[in-house]
This record gives sequence, structure tokens and C-alpha cells, in this order.
Amino acid sequence: MTYFTKLGLAGAVALGLTAPASAETELTMYYPIAVGGALTEVVDGIVAGFEKENPDIKVNAIYSGNYDDTRVRALSALNSGEPAQLAVMFSIDAYDLIEQDLIVPFDDLVEDKAWLDSFYPALMANGKIEGKTWGIPFQRSTIVAYYNKDLFRAAGLDPESPPTTWYDLISMGKKLTKGDTYGIMIPSTGYPYWMFQALAIQNGVEVMAGDGLSTSFDDPKVVETLEFWKSLSADYGVMPTGTVEWGTLRQAFLEGQTAMMWHSTGNLTAVKKNAEFDFGVAMLPGNKRLGSPTGGGNFYIFKDTSDEEKAAAMKLIEYMTAPEQAAEWSIATGYMGVSPAAYETEALKSYTKDFPPALVARNQLEHAVAEFSTFETARVRDGLNNAIQSALTGAKEPKEALEEAQKSADRLLKAYR
Amino acid sequence: MNSHVNLERRRQAIYGWLLLSPALILLSIFAFYPSIATLWSSLFSRNTRRRPSEFVGGENYSDLFADPTFWLVVKNNLLYAGVTIPVSIAIALAMALWANSKISARGFVRTAYFTPTVLPMIAAANLWLFFYTPGLGVLDQIGSLFGLPSVNWLGQPETALWAIIIVTVWKEAGFFMIFYLAALQTIPEDLKEAADIEGASRWTYTRRIVLPLLMPTTLFIMVNALINSVKLIDHLFILTKGGPSDASKLILYYIWEMAFAFFDAPHAAAMTIMVLLVLGIVAAIQFFYIDKRTHYQ
Amino acid sequence: MSNRMDTIGAVLLAVIWISPLLFAVWAAFHSTSDAVNFTLLSPWTLDNFRTAWAGAPWLKYFLNTFTLVTIVLTGQFILTTLAGFAFAKLDFPGKDFVFILVLMQLFILPEVLIVENYAMVSRLGLFDTILGVGMPYMASAFGIFLMRQAFKSVPIELHEAARIEGCGLLGILWRVYVPLAKPTYLAYALVSVSTHWNNFLWPLIVTNSPDTRPLTVGLSIFGAPENGVDISVISAATLMSVAPLLIAFLLFQRQFVQAFLRAGIK
Repeated sequence: MTYFTKLGLAGAVALGLTAPASAETELTMYYPIAVGGALTEVVDGIVAGFEKENPDIKVNAIYSGNYDDTRVRALSALNSGEPAQLAVMFSIDAYDLIEQDLIVPFDDLVEDKAWLDSFYPALMANGKIEGKTWGIPFQRSTIVAYYNKDLFRAAGLDPESPPTTWYDLISMGKKLTKGDTYGIMIPSTGYPYWMFQALAIQNGVEVMAGDGLSTSFDDPKVVETLEFWKSLSADYGVMPTGTVEWGTLRQAFLEGQTAMMWHSTGNLTAVKKNAEFDFGVAMLPGNKRLGSPTGGGNFYIFKDTSDEEKAAAMKLIEYMTAPEQAAEWSIATGYMGVSPAAYETEALKSYTKDFPPALVARNQLEHAVAEFSTFETARVRDGLNNAIQSALTGAKEPKEALEEAQKSADRLLKAYR
Repeated sequence: MNSHVNLERRRQAIYGWLLLSPALILLSIFAFYPSIATLWSSLFSRNTRRRPSEFVGGENYSDLFADPTFWLVVKNNLLYAGVTIPVSIAIALAMALWANSKISARGFVRTAYFTPTVLPMIAAANLWLFFYTPGLGVLDQIGSLFGLPSVNWLGQPETALWAIIIVTVWKEAGFFMIFYLAALQTIPEDLKEAADIEGASRWTYTRRIVLPLLMPTTLFIMVNALINSVKLIDHLFILTKGGPSDASKLILYYIWEMAFAFFDAPHAAAMTIMVLLVLGIVAAIQFFYIDKRTHYQ
Repeated sequence: MSNRMDTIGAVLLAVIWISPLLFAVWAAFHSTSDAVNFTLLSPWTLDNFRTAWAGAPWLKYFLNTFTLVTIVLTGQFILTTLAGFAFAKLDFPGKDFVFILVLMQLFILPEVLIVENYAMVSRLGLFDTILGVGMPYMASAFGIFLMRQAFKSVPIELHEAARIEGCGLLGILWRVYVPLAKPTYLAYALVSVSTHWNNFLWPLIVTNSPDTRPLTVGLSIFGAPENGVDISVISAATLMSVAPLLIAFLLFQRQFVQAFLRAGIK
């Protein structure tokens, strides 16, 4: 047994050595990232800039995969007593984090309340619960439509006027669908509920209530929305049947397998870098109205942290969301600058002047609504995702699938009402 | 003399327990205690801000029985086991017979069969993802050579689980082949010669002599394959995440999801207990019936 | 005739079996667009490896995996040797009962107990340590069983001879039994190393930082960014991470297979 004790001791000593010797504050931050690879360097660069300005604060920024991974990572760290003071997590995790009693509202931490109002209000919507602000926007997005202008030209369409209505979407889609190329792909793995919410808003209906306590999956107009999505492949043949894979969709678009794709604006920089054709970015088309949910990650501060750590975490968040850093992050990824001031920086001004598509997501904000989020959000969302997928794959009728999802959502949310 | 025997006996007992204790302590910490703790926590409700944890008895279990996803997952796992176990054993046997026969290119054949075993499942799943991706994937490209339409292997409930099964078989068969290969080496050459003299066909020889002699190995492999059919779920994380609409979700993935994505440890615990129960029954059958005829002596 | 059929069948299966790997090699050395379009004459490139290499601390991941495998194997050797010897050669009350307990563990998979094991590792303060990843696997029932088998086949005469020469019990174990069980150790090491080199779910749960993440977890995180995957870069990363074990296997495959055959694992 001594063997293990020794190893354990060695581990303890190693841990002890990494603890700060001076009175400096150490922060551990978990974060997900959009497009993998070199972007961790951008975050590291921003963090390094922060540490330079605040030599008494040390930040361990830990990249932990996608949003789900990051939530799992951060929470298991908390559960096992590992340090974690803040994290970038899904903006829609707020209800669950509050329910698990893990995070603190920012209202109690900020000295200057005006700072909370410096962000785009649409990006604050998901973080505002029970009258308090629980999340600060960092990497935020809306869904935008990417389209291949070359294919538009080849189909005899005006490359400068992408579809603005569902009707156009179908009629143009039909012209664009040829051989191995589809008119449109809307991803239905990964985040099907997100795309679905966009369609539902466009159809003039919300899928959840503002208090996170009820859903309206079985509303006739919601059912109609799913029927429309399905009809894109089943009736009009402008989208492939079955589900469309979120992760490989960008590649499919870049390979010209689809003339249009709906995806997060967080993909913009990657598409820009890799597209070998002329592409455009547009707001999503509307039916009854225009619209997209917001998406992406917010900063959260965990409850179980000392006052010094909270203050240091606030400093870090203020730094990372300040206009210059927001602009840098937006240019590197395609995510939105989180405040109007970010778009007033020289960097972002000149970038958007050369590359106007970078403004589309922001312009769409005036039509944007909060992303789907309820109590028990992961499981309620899972039910909706399954309903969408089984309708798209033909396993169930849209109405039947959504009614089942509504039933299970009611069962899960009953306890919170 | 008598006291000497007693002394020896006591010495052996002390040594025996001393030698066993490190392993027993770790087994207790990481197998026995967790099993009991899991059972215990499966009897309590979840602890949240609104509702603190309380004793609920069998409620978590009845919740699961009422949960259609649970039954779907059980069904998926039964199919997964029901296909991967026999198919990978059959392929492993064929591989071993080939890899043991005097064919040319034997070195290449052995290497090719065994290589997937060396790859982590996660890496294997990455490779297969691009086999399966519609349009871009290798399968579709091959299909299009023959004019077949594009198939969304991972995106359809009818094919997703099968796509997962194929990856598992691909990964497992080579590993099992090694055990068969080892067993084949122990079959004496004279049996083959005797069979030749008798004029027995190769098929008869294989069926009458080789297969029965391989029986203990087959049982050993079967137990391994069974265990794998519960625990080998890494590729789900890359390939389907259990979708579409839970069509490829397996029980361990659901346990993971329940505990670490939904934060519902009590229901995860209840599921864990059921899995342990099923494994326990299988173990009992193994020990009390099959054991007598095999090598666990 | 039938021999030729065999050869064709065997080679065909071999080609099918190896093809995913070959495709990955092809993809890793070509630009994404060339890779998915099978542009046969397209130029080869190392760019994907550069991108993948820059994308994650692979060297650290590799080192973590290496440390993990070493710790697990060392632990397993010590524990299973001691326990296996006790079960094989000592006689004491309660032995049979304990042996059944150990056999039961064959079916209590650490993978199934992830929730409680995670809680236990946290309680021991081993969360996010490599030791924490390895510990649940050290007292392997399979290993104990194998060692028991190997030690049982050692003739009692050797044991007696060593004892007469004045060896203590541990001395006998170390000088007589362990050397004779070498093939078993080798085969067991191979199984153990390849299992833990490839293990994913448990490390995913108990590691939280690049300092402890093994290759598999690193690879999955690298391969799962939010907004899209790049076939060629992932193939390159995959090849990089499997290369050490794969090359070792290809170099030593004869010995590898021989080790299994000699150990008589069946």
C-alpha cells in the first residue's frame, strides 16, 4: 500500500507547489470554443493581455470541448472540490445552474449597473431570470444563411438577392437543386431545436414561455413549422432526406453540395477562410416575420468562490467583453461583438467595411429572440430534438412527435410550477 | 508435530490475507463499496434548490419503467449485443483459421486483421465518421460509382445503430482472433494428419475436431464480447451521440448522460443497479453451468 | 483450388479491414477538398499535420497516456502477483469465498460504476490526477485470475527446493514464480496497455485539464469543436495519436502474437 500512499503524496506535493506563493488570486475558467484548433491561442492571447494588466491575478483558461463538454467539465470540477471560479457556458444553461444553486447573479457584483446595459439587450435575454442577471454575453451568435453566389449565378438567380421568405426559399431552392447539389441544408443534429426555433419564430410562434415553466410544442402553428421543415425534403426535394449533420455541414457547403446552409455566425471566419467560391451571408428568410434565436455562450460566476476571487473574475469578464477584445474575438471567429461599442472600434469598423457579411448577425439582432431554455433544459430540449429528428427521418408524423415531446416536457416541468 | 502444522496453517493464513489485502482494499473501494453506494443512492430523490433529497424507495425504478426512452435503450442494447457477439466471434474464427493456414500474404493478412485493435475506439470512430458521412463519405462515393443513391447512415433511425454495430465488430474481431489463433496453435499436428489419413474433408476436420477443441476459447471470448457490448460505447460520442431520436443510444451512454449531462444521479444509479443485476445473472450462469466444462479450474 | 479461394477470401477481408486506416492516411496527407473528392493525382501535403499539431498539446497528452499506462501496469503487476499467488499456493480459511468475490468483479465493470467511482475519486482527492484515472483498474480480477493460473502450473518441487535453500515466501514468489510466469506477464501487459491506451469514458469523466488528459480524451475534444469538423485535420490528428502504438505493433507484431501464443491465454 505504501506504493500508492507515496504516489498520492507526490500528487499532493505537486498540487501544493502549483498553489500561489504570494497573495495573488488564481482563477480557473472553463470555456468551449467554436471552431477548434488555433482559436485557443486567441483566448490565451486575450488572457495573457489581461494578466499583464493585472499582475496580481493568475488565470488558468481551460479549453474543454463543446458546450456540453464544458458544462460537464466545469460542474464535475465543482462537485469534486477542484477550483473553478467562472466559466463560459451555454447561455441557456442558466435555469439549471440556478436550480442547482451554482451561480451568483451579476447584479450583486457590479458596481456600475450601467455596464450591464452596455450590451445588446437581445444578448442579455437568456441571462435575465427572476429579475436578475446571471450571465454576461461572450461568444454569441444568431443563425444566418450562408449561400453560394456562384451556384446562384449558375441557376440564373440574382446572387445579391437571397431568399427573404419561405416561398422564395422553396422556389429558389428548386432552381438550385441539381444533380448532387441541394438547394438548402438546415442541420438537424447537434442543435436541431435551435434551427427549429428559428423556423417557429418565423412562423410567428414561440416554443417556450418566458418563465421557463412551459412549452408549446403541440401548438398547431408549431406543428405546422415542423411540417414545413419536413416538406423541404419530402415534398419539394430541395433538402436531403434524413438528418443533416451539424459537424460536417460546413464541409458540405464548401464542397458545393448545397447552395445554401443555415448555420451559426460563429462559422463565418472559417467559411471565409476556406471558401473557394464567392459566397454571401444573409438574414434568415421569414414567413409571418423575420427571426432567429440568439445562441452561444455566456460568462457565469460560481457561487462557491471567495470575494476576492469574485472581484478578480469580474475584472476578467469586464476585460474580455470590453470593446477591443470583443472586436478581436469577433474577427477571429465570426461571433458577434457583444456591445454596440465593439462595432465602434477601429478594428471592427475596418473589418466590417472590407467584409460586410460580418454585420449580418448583428443586424439580425433586432429580430432575434432568446434561445430555447427552460428548467430541466437539457432533457426538455432532448425531447424536442428527438421529435424533430423522428419527424425529419419519417419515423413519426410531426404532430404525433411534437405531442409526445410536449407530454414529456409537461412531466418534467410539472415539479417547477 | 501437530503444533508445527498449526503454526504453518496460521502462517499461511496471515500471509494469505496480507498478500490479498492490497487488491481487496482497492476492489472494495472501486467495486464493492460503489455498488452498494449506488444501490443506496438509487433509493433517494435528486437534491435541488427547491426540493431537497428524500427517501423515495423504488420510485426511481418505476420512473424508469415508465420512461419509453429507457425501454428503447434496452432494446437497442439487446440488439447491439445480439448482433455484435455472434458476428464478431464468427468473423474472428474465420480470421484465425485463415491467419493460421498456409496461404501467401499471411503476414499482411494477420496485420490487417489485428490493426483495428490497436486503435483507440475514439480514433476508430473518427475514421468511420468519414466513411459514413453522406455525400462526402467513402461509402457514398463507392456507392455512387455503382449509381446508388446517397445514404445517410448515421442520420436515419433504421441504419444508425447498425452503423455503430459495424464499427464495434470491426474493432473487436481482430482482438478475438488472437485468442483463437493462440488456441489453434495448441491443436496437435497429428490430429490433422490422422484426419487426412481417414480421408476426412477439411470441412469435416474443422467441424468435428477444431471447433470442439476451440469451445473453451469461444466461451472466454463470448464473456469478453458480452462485457464489451455493455461497456464499448466510446464511438457513440463521436458518431451519433445516441441519435437520431435515441435510435442508437445504448444503456451505458444513457447512464452517462443521465448522471453527467442531466445531473440526475439517482436515476443513473437505478439504471446502474439494473445493469449490474443482469451482469450478475449472466455471471452466475457462467460460473455454475458453463464453468464446469471450461478452464476456470 | 480451395487454397486459392482461401487466399482470396482472406486478402479481401484484410483489405476491407485495413481500408478505414488507409483512407485516413490518404485524407491526412491531402487538402480536405482533394481528400473528399478523391482527386487521385492531387499533391501531397503536410499542412494538416501542422494544423493538427498546433491545435492541441499532443506531446503532453501523449506523456499523460504514457504515464497512465505505466502507473496502471505497475499497480496491476504488484497487486495481481500478490493476490494471484495467495489464491494459487496458499491455503487459508475464507479463500474460496474471497475468490468468488474477486470473480464477481469480472462483471462489476468499472465503466458501469462511473458515478460512484467518480465520487470516490473526488473524495480521495484524486480527481483530475493521473493516479485517479488509473486506480480503479489496478486490482484487476482478470489479472488476478491469470496470475493464479500461471502460478498454479509451477511445479511444487521448485517451490520446495527454494524453501530448503532458506528463501522466505516473498523470496520464493520473486525468484521462482515471477520468472516462470514471464509469458503471462507479457501477454497481460499487452492487453492492459492496449486497453488503457485506448480507454476513454472514465478518463473523460475524471480528467479536467490538459495536464491530465490522455490522448483519447484530447482527441475527442480536438475533434468536437462546436461548428464543424475538418476531415483532413482530424485524420492527421488521429494518425498522430495512434502512431506510437501502431508503429510499435507493426515492428513487434511477431513477438506480440508469439507472446499471446506462449502465454496460453485461452
